[in-house]
This record gives sequence, structure tokens and C-alpha cells, in this order.
Amino acid sequence: MANKFEPNMLATARANSPADNSTWLTSKKYCYALSLVVLLLPLLSAYFAVTNNQGLWLWLPFIFIYAGITLLDKVFGDDESNPSEAMVEEIKNQAYYKIILFIAVPLLWLSVIVLAYVITHYEWSWFSFLGAALSAGIMAATGVNLGHELGHKVNDNAQQLAAQLALALSGYGHFVIEHNKGHHKDVATPEDPASSRMGESIYKFAQREIPGAFRRARALEAARLQRLGKSPWSVHNEIIQTALITLTAYVLLIAFFGPLMIPFLAIVAAYGYWALSSANYIEHYGLLRQKEASGRYERCKPQHSWNSNHKVSNLFLLHLQRHSDHHAHPTRAYQVLRDYNNVPKLHAGYPWMYILALFPNIWFSIMDPKIADWAQGDMHKVNMDPQAKDDRFRRYHRIAQ
Amino acid sequence: MPEPSYHQYCCITCGLIYDEALGFPDEGIPAGTRFADIPDDWTCPDCSASKSDFELVN
Ligand SMILES: [Zn+2]
Repeated sequence: MANKFEPNMLATARANSPADNSTWLTSKKYCYALSLVVLLLPLLSAYFAVTNNQGLWLWLPFIFIYAGITLLDKVFGDDESNPSEAMVEEIKNQAYYKIILFIAVPLLWLSVIVLAYVITHYEWSWFSFLGAALSAGIMAATGVNLGHELGHKVNDNAQQLAAQLALALSGYGHFVIEHNKGHHKDVATPEDPASSRMGESIYKFAQREIPGAFRRARALEAARLQRLGKSPWSVHNEIIQTALITLTAYVLLIAFFGPLMIPFLAIVAAYGYWALSSANYIEHYGLLRQKEASGRYERCKPQHSWNSNHKVSNLFLLHLQRHSDHHAHPTRAYQVLRDYNNVPKLHAGYPWMYILALFPNIWFSIMDPKIADWAQGDMHKVNMDPQAKDDRFRRYHRIAQ
Repeated sequence: MPEPSYHQYCCITCGLIYDEALGFPDEGIPAGTRFADIPDDWTCPDCSASKSDFELVN
């Protein structure tokens, strides 16, 4: 019953012998804590900017995330290790891994507040201001990633609250509802506003994704509240709850630090949104679940997600890039997500792919041939942008009509 | 013999309900199948989460 895998498409979590694993897997435990240090980079950059009277320092966190992590990915390469079943049992519920997340969330807010203070209490050029705002935007983006990890733990109130606080930084309070009940259900289908289509640029995608995700979240939350006999316009609405946190925090920041906070916070929130659009754009680009005879889509399988197994970006992104395992086990904690054999793989970590996605021609030239291979030349099996259809069929379709 | 009382189980990620009274005939699970009798490798038909990610609702 259940999953029918085609033999040539079989994908499985890679098994390692425990000996291959132990040293790296043990040190990984501490490397996650190291990623908290990255969240303190804004404090360091603010300190250097002030003491050296050099505003360019404010760009440091922003540049580190893209250039630094991409470079470190090149140096440290792939993560060969997967936790064994025994190790999964041992570490999946360890409090340590959760505590790291609980520390990270307030650090994000602290870093943004410190940047806000520095930007409004000293004289800077507009260029330095932009660097500070984008560095604060990186914190908002990290908040979305943390909110994703925490938001999946629906039976843990503390993690749900932490998710709301992390997402409130960018005003993306509808994310948890939209992602769990919306995206995980519709992933890799044309119905999903959070799955991108072949031939769709990231700019076109974001215009479909951002409003589509909001509408879906609002509808899902209204339906949940209706089942409970509550009004959608009440404090029981999780979207309204998080929006109130965002509103309170933003009003306080503007009250304390002045009108310069308005463009600053606009950039912070926009950056959080953009980072999520970037992640959604690359995670399932072009991949399509086929419809079965019953009219249902086939289940989301490991081959319906783009993975990347680079060590450093995976540490920082909490294994978001082991995306096939995430969809197979959405509630699985980050420390026990596994790499799979025989799944779609990106040639670089997500941060570098986010940059490539900014240039649609480069993105298409890299990814479209990969999609064609994935679909074995049958463009009917691809999640396709209707406007790009003729062109992509002409270029890539290799199956006789 | 008293009527068996059926239970409902919910996928905690996507919210899909498995109702023992209805089963999932499309999937080859006849009406009346106990949740415990579904194979462990069965996954959520909507979001593909594993069977262990379902919880009892009533
Ligand atoms: Zn589900």
C-alpha cells in the first residue's frame, strides 16, 4: 500500500556506519551554538563602526551571510554524515538543541535594536544606513528560518510562542499557518503559491507568492476559528496575535529612535519577506507531483524538493537544505534531518542560490536543464509557468507526442 | 456485540483527518479500519508526513 516508487527514482536516507559519523556529529552539536555567534555579528559591526567612525562596518553581517557562508561552504564542502537510527533516538528530544533556538530569538531582536540605536545616534552616510538596515534585515530573515523550525513543533507551546516572536520581527505572523497547513499540503503543485514554476522569475514568483500565501493563511485560520466557534476578528486569531507583537515593537522603536526607523523597519520587514520568497523559490523550482487516477496528487516524495548538503550553510540554516527529509518528516527536529541519496541537488548552498536567483537568465540557464533531466525530457511532468510553456517545450521536450 | 466506537486522528502538520469509520478507500484502506491497523509506513495522503505524526482527536 501507500507509496509506489519507481525503481529508477528510488530515494532513501543515506546510511553511514557509526564510525564515519561520530566525531563530526558530536562536534556539530557545538557548531550549532557557533551559529549564535553569527547573530551577534551586528553588535560587533556596530561597535567597530562607532569606535572607528567608519559606517562601512555596518555592512559586515549582510556580507558575511552571503559571501562568508558561500566561501566557507566551498572550503568545508559536503556533510557526509547522517545520524543513525540510534543517534536519532538519542538526540531528537535533547533540550540542548531547543535551548539554542530559544537563545537565538531574543538575540535577533537585540541585534536589530542595537543597529537601530547606532543608526539613529550617530551621523552616517545613506550608504552606511543601507548596510545597517540590510544587516538588520538578515536578522529578520534568520527569524523566518527560526520561525520555520519552531513553528513545526505544533505540540510545544513554548516553541510556538518563540516562532511567533521570531516571525514578528519581519511581520510574517501568518507564516506558520500558511506553511504547515498550506504549503506542506500543496507543495510541488500549480495550486501552491509557495512552489515556483519552471520559467517563472523570482520577481514574478514573489508577486504570486506573497499575496497568495497571505490569502491562504487568512482562510485557513478563519476555518480553524470557525470550527472552534470563535470570531476570526479576535485575539484567538494567531495572525492577529503576531501582528500585534510586530505593531507594538515597531511603534516603540519609532517612538524611541525617531522617524528614521520608518525606512529602517520597512527595509527590515521587506528583507524578511524577500528571504522567504527566495527560499520558497529555490526549494521546489519546477518540480511537480503527478495526478493519480483518483484525481489526488501523488504524495510529496523525496524527489520533489531541491536539496543542498553543504556543511556550513546547513549549520546556519538548521538543515533547511535537507529539504526532502523535511517534507517526509515535517515535525522532525533540525538536528536529526538526514541527507538522501538520489534526490534533486543544487550545486551550491541556499545562500549562493538566493543570489543567482536574482538574475533570472543565469538562474534559468543553470536550473532549467536540471529540471529537464529530472523530468527525463517530458515537460508535461514539470510545474510550468504557462507563459514560458511554449519556449521550454521547444527547448527541452524530448518525448514524441 | 456492541457497535465498535470509531476514532478520528489528525495529521498535526497539515490537519488532514483520518476517520476510522470512513477509512480511505482510495488508498485501499476499507471503512472501519483501525488507525493502529494501518501499516507503519503509511504516510499522510495530503502532506506525506509519517504515520507517527498523527494524533488522536476524538
Ligand atoms: Zn498531513
